[in-house]
Amino acid sequence: MMKNIILLLTVIFLVHANAPAQDVDSLLNSATSPKTDYESATFKATRIINGHSIEQMKERQLDVRIHHRFGPVNSGPYELWGLDQSNVFFGLEYGVTDWLMLGAGRTTYEKTFNGFAKFRLWRQSRGEVNMPVAISAYAGMDLFSTKWADPSHDNYFSSRLSYIFQVYVARKFTEELSLQITPSVIHKNLVPEAIDNNDIYAIGAGGRYKVTTRISFNAEYFYVIEPTISGRARKPNSLSFGFDIETGGHVFQIILTNSLQMIERGFIGETSESWQDGGIHLGFNISRVFTL
Amino acid sequence: MRTCTILILLVFSLLTSGFSQEKYLCKNGHIWFYSHTPLEDIEAHNNEAASFISPTTGDLAFQVLIKSFKFKRALMEEHFNENYMESSKYPKADFKGKITNLDSVNFLKAGVYKTAVLGNLTIHNKTNKTEQNGTIEVKEGKLYLKAKFKVIPRDYDIEIPGTVRDKIAKSMEVTVDMVYEPYKK
Repeated sequence: MMKNIILLLTVIFLVHANAPAQDVDSLLNSATSPKTDYESATFKATRIINGHSIEQMKERQLDVRIHHRFGPVNSGPYELWGLDQSNVFFGLEYGVTDWLMLGAGRTTYEKTFNGFAKFRLWRQSRGEVNMPVAISAYAGMDLFSTKWADPSHDNYFSSRLSYIFQVYVARKFTEELSLQITPSVIHKNLVPEAIDNNDIYAIGAGGRYKVTTRISFNAEYFYVIEPTISGRARKPNSLSFGFDIETGGHVFQIILTNSLQMIERGFIGETSESWQDGGIHLGFNISRVFTL
Repeated sequence: MRTCTILILLVFSLLTSGFSQEKYLCKNGHIWFYSHTPLEDIEAHNNEAASFISPTTGDLAFQVLIKSFKFKRALMEEHFNENYMESSKYPKADFKGKITNLDSVNFLKAGVYKTAVLGNLTIHNKTNKTEQNGTIEVKEGKLYLKAKFKVIPRDYDIEIPGTVRDKIAKSMEVTVDMVYEPYKK
């Protein structure tokens, strides 16, 4: 009898004493675990190399960008393999909200001004909201301001304009590896010759691999889906490689590319040099972010 | 004899179940840290810290999700997660320990009690033994825990590169402010 009581008491005691110890961890886990875990930092900067990445400035952040490309390596020792030449882009890009970024810039190529809006549509996430990829959209316009070759000709202001539409579909596969696909459409109001198309369709692919927490290796390619035009040689596609180096508030990108241009209308469809011929440009992008 | 044992059993089971219900849980605690250098002040707040106190055993546990620390600057928050805390690899930080001066805290009587805590703090997958002081206030059935202590990033294998060394303090001031409610299963 006494034995039974002792046994019973022991059991009761053990049950009461053990229960809380077991579930403190799971209790705290369930209290701190987010319902939806959103992926962040798919790329280090808003550019993979020349083209935009899925990233954008968050609310009240201003990105001051300076991009620079030297001349082609095949220009030889007289041009110091391109280093005597200089092409720049500078831009101000601002996060109005976390999902809307506006930007404006100016580049050497055909003295072009550009403006754009970039919209975050979906974020990659796990949990209650499960989304395998992130999707953003871009709408931009640019205006070249070089003097007309023939001022006696009827030249319209609207001829200076081009429109760019892109969609970014990106996925951060692992902490190191991120890939992105970029369908693009460019409409030019004016093309050099009658046989040239006003609309250019292209598909871009880019990615990054993080070498260390602060350095990543990037690659980017834009394939132009050109309708066959008789008597016209196919232009090279844009292919670029680079490293992102992040130092606190700066992201420094050092680049090798066959595109001299730093705006979408330029490097998609107007790239004229090729890697095989040594038409390779050394370049860099510098991004400095300020919180306003 | 039989009634006696039944009575003892009843009293004992009531007593133990009474004890087991006397636990306190905090789900939305406020933990924040502050880094001061002449060049830059940095602070980040986490309002989703969870904690558990068992007055009977003196057990004290904390857990925070690193991603829930909010900074004023979005880029800083990104770097905090990506470069310093590596929060996708090590999503949580926690503390598990005991109140060492349990005798001097009366959880049934309103008042402010000085509390000493000893335990293991795990940040960035690195665990260090730590001893800290704070206060527990017992008021209207709730517990209010407050503590302030230093955490040295280097102790937790968090590397701060030379370029930003002047902007990030050698030691962070961590403030803990929790409100616990009685927890019943």
